Amino acid sequence: MKRKLVVIGSGMASGRALEHLLEADPDGWDVTLFNAEPRGNYNRIMLSPVLSGEKSYAEIVTHDDDWYATRGITCRFGEKVVSIDRQAKTVTGENGTVEYDKLMFATGSSPFIIPCPGHDLPGVIAYRDLDDTNAMIEASGKPGGRAVVIGGGLLGLEAAAGLRLRGMEVTVLHLAGHLMERQLDPAAGYLLQKDLESRGITVLTQASTKEITGKDGAEMVRLEDGTELPADLVVMAVGIRPQVQLAKDTGLAVGKGIHVDDQMITSDEDILAVGECIEHQGAIFGLVAPLYDQAKVAAATLLDEEAAFKQRQLSTKLKVTGVDLFSAGDFAEGEGREDIVYRDPARGIYKRLVIEEERLIGAVMYGDTADGNWFFGLIKDGTDISEMRETLIFGPAYQGGGTQADPLAAVAALPDDAEICGCNGVCKGQIVKAIEGGATSLGDVKAQTKASASCGTCTGLVEQVLAATLGDDFKMPEAQPICGCTDLSHEDVRRLIKARELKSQPAVWQELGWTTPNGCHTCRPAVNFYLLADWPLEYKDDPQSRFVNERNHANIQKDGTYSVMPRMWGGMTDANELRAIADAADKYGATVKVTGGQRIDLLGVKKEDLPLIWGDLNAAGMVSGHAYTKGLRTVKTCVGKDWCRFGTQDSTGLGIKLEKRLWGSWTPHKVKLGVSGCPRNCAEATCKDVGIVCVDSGYQIGVGGAAGMDVKEVERLVDVRTEEEAIEWVVAFVQLYREHAKYLDRPYKWLAKVGLDWVQEVLADATERAALMERFDLSQSVYQKDPWAERATPETRRQYEPMADLTLEAAE
Amino acid sequence: MSWTDIGSLDEIPVRGARRVKTRAGCIALFRTDEDEVFATSATCAHRGGPLDEGIVHGRKVTCPLHNWVYSLESGEAQGADEGSIATYPVRIDAGRVLLDLSSLEAHAAA
Ligand code: SRM
Ligand SMILES: Cc1cc2nc3c(=O)[nH]c(=O)nc-3n(C[C@H](O)[C@H](O)[C@H](O)COP(=O)(O)OP(=O)(O)OC[C@H]3O[C@@H](n4cnc5c(N)ncnc54)[C@H](O)[C@@H]3O)c2cc1C
Ligand code: SF4
Ligand code: FES
Repeated sequence: MKRKLVVIGSGMASGRALEHLLEADPDGWDVTLFNAEPRGNYNRIMLSPVLSGEKSYAEIVTHDDDWYATRGITCRFGEKVVSIDRQAKTVTGENGTVEYDKLMFATGSSPFIIPCPGHDLPGVIAYRDLDDTNAMIEASGKPGGRAVVIGGGLLGLEAAAGLRLRGMEVTVLHLAGHLMERQLDPAAGYLLQKDLESRGITVLTQASTKEITGKDGAEMVRLEDGTELPADLVVMAVGIRPQVQLAKDTGLAVGKGIHVDDQMITSDEDILAVGECIEHQGAIFGLVAPLYDQAKVAAATLLDEEAAFKQRQLSTKLKVTGVDLFSAGDFAEGEGREDIVYRDPARGIYKRLVIEEERLIGAVMYGDTADGNWFFGLIKDGTDISEMRETLIFGPAYQGGGTQADPLAAVAALPDDAEICGCNGVCKGQIVKAIEGGATSLGDVKAQTKASASCGTCTGLVEQVLAATLGDDFKMPEAQPICGCTDLSHEDVRRLIKARELKSQPAVWQELGWTTPNGCHTCRPAVNFYLLADWPLEYKDDPQSRFVNERNHANIQKDGTYSVMPRMWGGMTDANELRAIADAADKYGATVKVTGGQRIDLLGVKKEDLPLIWGDLNAAGMVSGHAYTKGLRTVKTCVGKDWCRFGTQDSTGLGIKLEKRLWGSWTPHKVKLGVSGCPRNCAEATCKDVGIVCVDSGYQIGVGGAAGMDVKEVERLVDVRTEEEAIEWVVAFVQLYREHAKYLDRPYKWLAKVGLDWVQEVLADATERAALMERFDLSQSVYQKDPWAERATPETRRQYEPMADLTLEAAE
Repeated sequence: MSWTDIGSLDEIPVRGARRVKTRAGCIALFRTDEDEVFATSATCAHRGGPLDEGIVHGRKVTCPLHNWVYSLESGEAQGADEGSIATYPVRIDAGRVLLDLSSLEAHAAA
């Protein structure tokens, strides 16, 4: 007698299981196959080529009507199973009940839908089956259609690429910092994003969806940060959940998925489960390779043969034509683990191998994945690689000793029209031409092209062009690299960030060939500053790349408490402010000190109290004094002509105006100003980064003073007649300093490198001054925000508190 | 092992840290760029700097006070500096951070 097998779900896992079973025992089973989808089994993973138009549905069907008919399978397609009676051993579908001897769950998974407002509007779909695919194809038929894909993992990106190929305007929203973060490290994620962007797909990372709006269907996606994206189609591809409801209702043991043992048997010995709906030893599955293994085991179990399912290593590829990526194994870095990183910035290639105890345990590759399977084999087999370690990264074909990644590659890769010398507008091609025409030294190049003849910050780059062009004939002067993560100097990195429009940290790490995954405490703060100074709108400041004071917006003290210093504009305060400060000192137990910078310091405040004391001071109208930043500190003033019998101009008023204009901006190092009302100079303006001495005829502006580790007197930048001109010159000077100086160079150090002459020459040009002011104001539109007000909220307060307090619990 | 739920992984910034108070002293929970979590003593072996306020790079942290660098995995100071901090078993399960308190109690007893 034939045994009765009922299968719930006709997908890739059960399809394979039936093949194995009926091949081994064609006459032993009477099979009933339910499927909620109104069709039989097709190759679900090939939906992406169907979407992009590279394949038709007919081409991806794996089991057609004929296949089921020949095997006598009763197909109940388009019919959902609604209940199971384990006592009676019956399965009930929407159209009736059947009996079983053995039952197999193969219900797969269902896409997770973010429950945001508007998720149920027409035009919001998931990406799971043929119907979804057809809906996307139809939506893309409308000319000029716009699609927003939520989720930058495998599925989301395949959907985005397909929709783009069909002519839609596509934006991908991704919550994490880089695409496919589960399969790729940030470097490879960066290259992938660049590749997709070059296809015309917009990618927004750290984008959190707030709601979808529209009248009769989706029209707009709104993000938490307020960004609005018009959309005719919204595809949610944010993850999948095993489809377990029916199994749960049936009383089977279910965790994340349906629990099965090594034989694919559930908690009921007559019920098996295979595919994405199962949980095996804590793991759930989302790729077909393990499902096929499970299918084989399930068939064997039904045939009373011995077999056991074993989880194995998986590798990932993205099915977007022309995008070449591969990842396998465990690629997190760590103690006892060694990274071999190879980057070819010119060709957009990145490879990283992770080695532990002489074995390869992980690999991520982008741009050239030809050796992926070979590496995958080494990972799976646990091969001892000590013999081939040196040449491992070059793949199986390479056996002749390793070549090092060329540190000059970044410059060698620059196109001929890349601007090297910004001051004189000299491109790489012109320099190469001069070298080919006989120039052999920096001096020659300078004389013939004027490159590096002005501010000199491009000197390092010019030298690298020389080295790259002349090869061994050129001896590179030793440039100080930023730190152990790179061979490039600060100046090189600044120039390259501008010339090659690098707008994110991973872009810098990749394009400039960093040797560590994400820098160190020396280079990260510098690179973070360069990026935000050059790309105020595109780059987002990274608090995790800042020293503690700048991250917490207070100065840390030796005992771990903090000091809090409100701004006192130009050193002016009033009774109200003083009362609020006194109250705060009482309330938070702070020590009060008058600083050397004309304001009041509240010392010894606990970290968790910071948002509270800020809120109190904010309420009295005070903002952060930024006593902790590489940014504008104090503007020291004297009483000036309002009170002083010698005062010539309103020095206090000008100081306050300058402070109000400049506060909040980030600079390479701290910037302090002073404005004195007459040459008696009571505000010590002549030892400030920018110091103004008022005189009868106007304002003398000096720059490059200091009174810290070095004591320097200012040099005269210019004399101007009006207050407006004075402000204009000061703002333009600060912006020039922001754009050119090396991180942690005070202005006097920077001036010593570029020369006051050059600065005067640049700033003398009124259009240049205006352009600098405009760029400064653009940056201020992002950064002139009181960090206290932004953080004195209940949500932020939690971040300033310990994550957990276990002292109480442990005492129980 | 006694795994205690400390909170959601999302509460720790990527390449950042959060502090947990315990009877045996403060523990810092670090989250790396690759979303791994490590737990160490929050107190620098040099002069007691708060390590949860340091810059996290790779699987290392730099103390905010005088730049000692520690391996988050072994707790050993790197480079020329000599010293070490305690490390504790920690794991992530379904987005929750779990800390093993039994080893902590052992530390407290020791
Ligand atoms: C609070 C204050 C001392 C005081 O009690 O008066 C102070 C305190 C610190 N100064 Fe200062 N400086 C203070 C006025 C000065 C002055 C005088 C001035 O501004 O008129 C100078 C010399 C003038 C100058 O900068 O040219 C000064 C030169 C320095 C330097 C050396 C800078 C240099 O380029 O040589 C440092 C170290 C650094 O920045 O790298 C420094 C660093 C520090 C730090 C931030 C050290 C640190 O990194 O933790 C101190 C923080 C203490 C704390 O916990 O709050 N402090 N510091 C003063 C705050 C002024 C304000 O209202 O903001
Ligand atoms: C667009 C896309 C691209 C992919 N690309 C890849 C890839 O490149 N590589 C890779 O390895 N994997 C890929 N996958 C994943 C792969 O397709 C799945 O792992 C695989 O299809 C899962 O097989 P399954 O049999 O477990 O479930 P499914 O194939 O989902 O089959 C389950 C079936 O059960 C039915 N069902 C559910 N509940 C009931 C019920 N109560 N009654 C009746 N029927 C029910 C469903 O309708 C469905 O047809 C991709 C997936 C998608 C959607
Ligand atoms: S001089 Fe400045 S840095 Fe030195 S101890 Fe005094 S406040 Fe601190
Ligand atoms: S206290 Fe940590 S380095 Fe000094």
